[in-house]
Amino acid sequence: MADARRKLDIAAEAGPVGGALAHDSAAKHVAGEAVYIDDIAAPDGLLHAYLGLSTVAHGRLLSLDLAAVRAAPGVVGVLTAADVPGVNDISSTHRQDEPLFATDRILFHGQPLFAVVAGTREQARHAATLAKAEYAEEAPLIDIAAARAAGGALVTDPLKLERGDIAAALAASPRRLKGSMAIGGQEHFYLESQVALAVPGEDEDMQVFVSTQHPSEVQHMVGAVLGAGSHAVTVEVRRMGGGFGGKETQANLFACVAALAARKLKRPVKLRPDRDDDMAITGKRHDFVCDYEVGFDEDGSIHAVDALYAARCGWNADLSGPVTDRALFHMDNCYFYPAVRARSEPLFTNTCSNTAFRGFGGPQGMVGAERFIEEVAFATGLDPLEVRKRNLYGGNSSTEGLGRDLTPYYQQVEDNIAGHVISELERRCDYQARRAAIREANAKSPVIKRGIALTPVKFGISFTATWFNQAGALVHVYKDGTVALNHGGTEMGQGLYIKVAQVVAQAFGLGLDAVKITATTTGKVPNTSATAASSGSDLNGMAALDACETIKRRLTEFAAKHWQERPEDIAFLPGRVRVGAREIAFRELIQAAYMARIQLSATGFYTTPKIHWDRKAGRGHPFYYFAYGAAAAEVAIDTLTGEYKVERVDILHDCGQSLNPAIDRGQIEGGFVQGMGWLTTEELVWDRKGRLWTRAPSTYKIPVASDRPRIFNVHLLENAPNREPTIHRSKAVGEPPLMLAISVLHALSDAVASVGDYRVCPRLDAPATPERVLDAVERVRAEAAS
Amino acid sequence: MTTVSLTVNGKAVSANIDPRTLLVQFLRENLRLTGTHVGCDTSQCGACLVHIDGKAVKACTTLAVSVDGAAITTIEGLAQDGKLHPMQEAFREHHGLQCGFCTPGMIMSAVDMVNRRGHELDEKTIREDLDGNICRCTGYHNIVKAIAAGAEAMGKAGVTTRQAAE
Repeated sequence: MADARRKLDIAAEAGPVGGALAHDSAAKHVAGEAVYIDDIAAPDGLLHAYLGLSTVAHGRLLSLDLAAVRAAPGVVGVLTAADVPGVNDISSTHRQDEPLFATDRILFHGQPLFAVVAGTREQARHAATLAKAEYAEEAPLIDIAAARAAGGALVTDPLKLERGDIAAALAASPRRLKGSMAIGGQEHFYLESQVALAVPGEDEDMQVFVSTQHPSEVQHMVGAVLGAGSHAVTVEVRRMGGGFGGKETQANLFACVAALAARKLKRPVKLRPDRDDDMAITGKRHDFVCDYEVGFDEDGSIHAVDALYAARCGWNADLSGPVTDRALFHMDNCYFYPAVRARSEPLFTNTCSNTAFRGFGGPQGMVGAERFIEEVAFATGLDPLEVRKRNLYGGNSSTEGLGRDLTPYYQQVEDNIAGHVISELERRCDYQARRAAIREANAKSPVIKRGIALTPVKFGISFTATWFNQAGALVHVYKDGTVALNHGGTEMGQGLYIKVAQVVAQAFGLGLDAVKITATTTGKVPNTSATAASSGSDLNGMAALDACETIKRRLTEFAAKHWQERPEDIAFLPGRVRVGAREIAFRELIQAAYMARIQLSATGFYTTPKIHWDRKAGRGHPFYYFAYGAAAAEVAIDTLTGEYKVERVDILHDCGQSLNPAIDRGQIEGGFVQGMGWLTTEELVWDRKGRLWTRAPSTYKIPVASDRPRIFNVHLLENAPNREPTIHRSKAVGEPPLMLAISVLHALSDAVASVGDYRVCPRLDAPATPERVLDAVERVRAEAAS
Repeated sequence: MTTVSLTVNGKAVSANIDPRTLLVQFLRENLRLTGTHVGCDTSQCGACLVHIDGKAVKACTTLAVSVDGAAITTIEGLAQDGKLHPMQEAFREHHGLQCGFCTPGMIMSAVDMVNRRGHELDEKTIREDLDGNICRCTGYHNIVKAIAAGAEAMGKAGVTTRQAAE
């Protein structure tokens, strides 16, 4: 591993790393030949399972009559908790709070009660509707307010971050204000729904093909449910049709039910829920309410921030602990708070169990931070961008203010480039001139008002659960000089596979066509972490490189001995290997090495250095580094209807030294639009009975092509290698760009503020649907007039 | 059971099926043409889009028997003689995909757009015409670029879906 890092400091020779190469499966995707789980050729004797769901959100299950289900055409089996040979629990936290099938307590509408297995999927779906369940119904707790009113039960331990004396700092602040903000949740809407196919083998063996970001966890869960060891379970996924966090833990249910059915019936079983059931059952992005008090002065400098982040977590803990933790880790965004207290409140509710979603709580924390800034800007009459700049983290030098680099969790911000990114984007997008022009135009435009905002992003990279920051890889070189690559990361469209393949091809001096990317499977690389936290390339790229370096070391030693050269005179160059004065083909070296009985296969391993975190103390260095970016958005709103258009967006984003600029740009553009959907049109609605009403794209509006900004300028920050020795000095890019969309929320707010002559803070909640924008317009008008 | 006879990607097929069989099921399960995907089940996301007699239709809410006798083109029928259709080539070239799940429907929709609106498509037309296809990954930026380029390439090559696949 140390060797791997040292190699990175050598100037990279020409090779695939850094090239704008197409996604590894692009040709298959456009031809319709890429195989997703549901496309795998049906094994002989395949059966189909379907879930029977609770029709109340809270209460006791008094009886469950499944006679009609069993008698339905095509049905070959019905499974309830009584059929589970192992444990009837799939809680990823091991809190035993997530039964596979409910037995007594019903905790949300759509909770799985049983599964039915039939010859066809239609037969299973139909049979599942025939169950007769009796409930003793109780009033459900649907939202944060209801949960608090009922005593505020938590699903997991809250976190508190505290630095300085918050009470004294607030008291000593020249000015202070209080507020509250609602931040909505978000449905993942991965285009490929949840799906699993389980194939039983001999002994206790079970092969599971499942659309999951976390094969090792599925393996563990299936083993626990079946009462078998993990060694009996193999989980494989070649690709997902989108994940976004929604397949980090949420695939466990579907995999376990398919495996349970396959074990019981001794036949392969597939389970794919309909989209509306998928949306009802699976968790989403947490919605939050952030209550805050900010102390500041007339110059717009923040003195103190006290914030409470309450989240609707749903019926079990799932990942709500780390998600709400990460909200607090980003409640500072790029800003230094001289005194700060941040607390989380992960509330139990009778709704689906909210889970990971791109950004993992960070976006909600950051939306709060930008609201604090906005409040200060309106209170002082300053441009919000000016307030942002005044409160940026500084270095340790006396000019920047001693200690202005300390986060609320006591990690020093050592790689701060936020100021540079902001000023560079401000210049490139002509922010000041456009802002002035917009204000002038608004004064003359009675109905249509425009707004502009520039917001930065600083996102911490690493799993906050320190032990997850490890990865393994397996690299084989075959006698013909071709290479098979396997690692623990999963491909969900983000381009991880091509990036790691670029690293491996470059390490050996090969073309990408010589490297076969193989499906992620627990049988090849064990004990992997979820592909999450933007960490895929950082972790798996390094692990794969470590494996390559092991093989190259063996080859170098062999070549030196075989051709009687010094090891330092052996070099792997593009398309050839230099051995002293001669150059030979890689294939030639491999064939010679094989004849000399050199091992041509290696595992690789990587652990992220430097990181540590003491949750109890609220102190540590949880992030290896930060990824930065900034976006400037311009919008136009109709003040009579609240409808709006995003006219222009300019983005400058930090990918370090990009492994693949085409892939990274795609992440930025896609992440931005997904974030924009979250903050504008995507609104989840549950009724008082706890039924989700937004269960299809007809009622849940994710962005379509016409929603994308009319002008969309996206640039990668140039000449910005990661200061840490990450894989080829690149930076993680999966999650950070989502938060660039906060600029749209603030541009909308700026447009709304125009109706009150920019004197009243619009306090626009998210999502800023046209209804909310119209409400805010009327509220600001009324307040400005009074 | 009912007999349905179709021409799929230029080949005559006939089968005895449950009359409730959806066209997408028939394509995926009976014919093993799995490039046509099921995304939302309710004809909104467009992952299941195919051409029926040269027009774009969502196969997840179309009964197979209702299009008896029709000529169907799926994503697998676009490439000719091992060569990708210009629109497929454009999506690959312009990074118009990430997870790939919406891609076949997007491409079928794009070809239909060119058939209806010609080879010179401005950005506004593409964006508004694409409202029946959802992509959750790309933010549409590269998809729109790919369609504009693919339309132009189709014009140069004199290709339509009808010529290419029928």
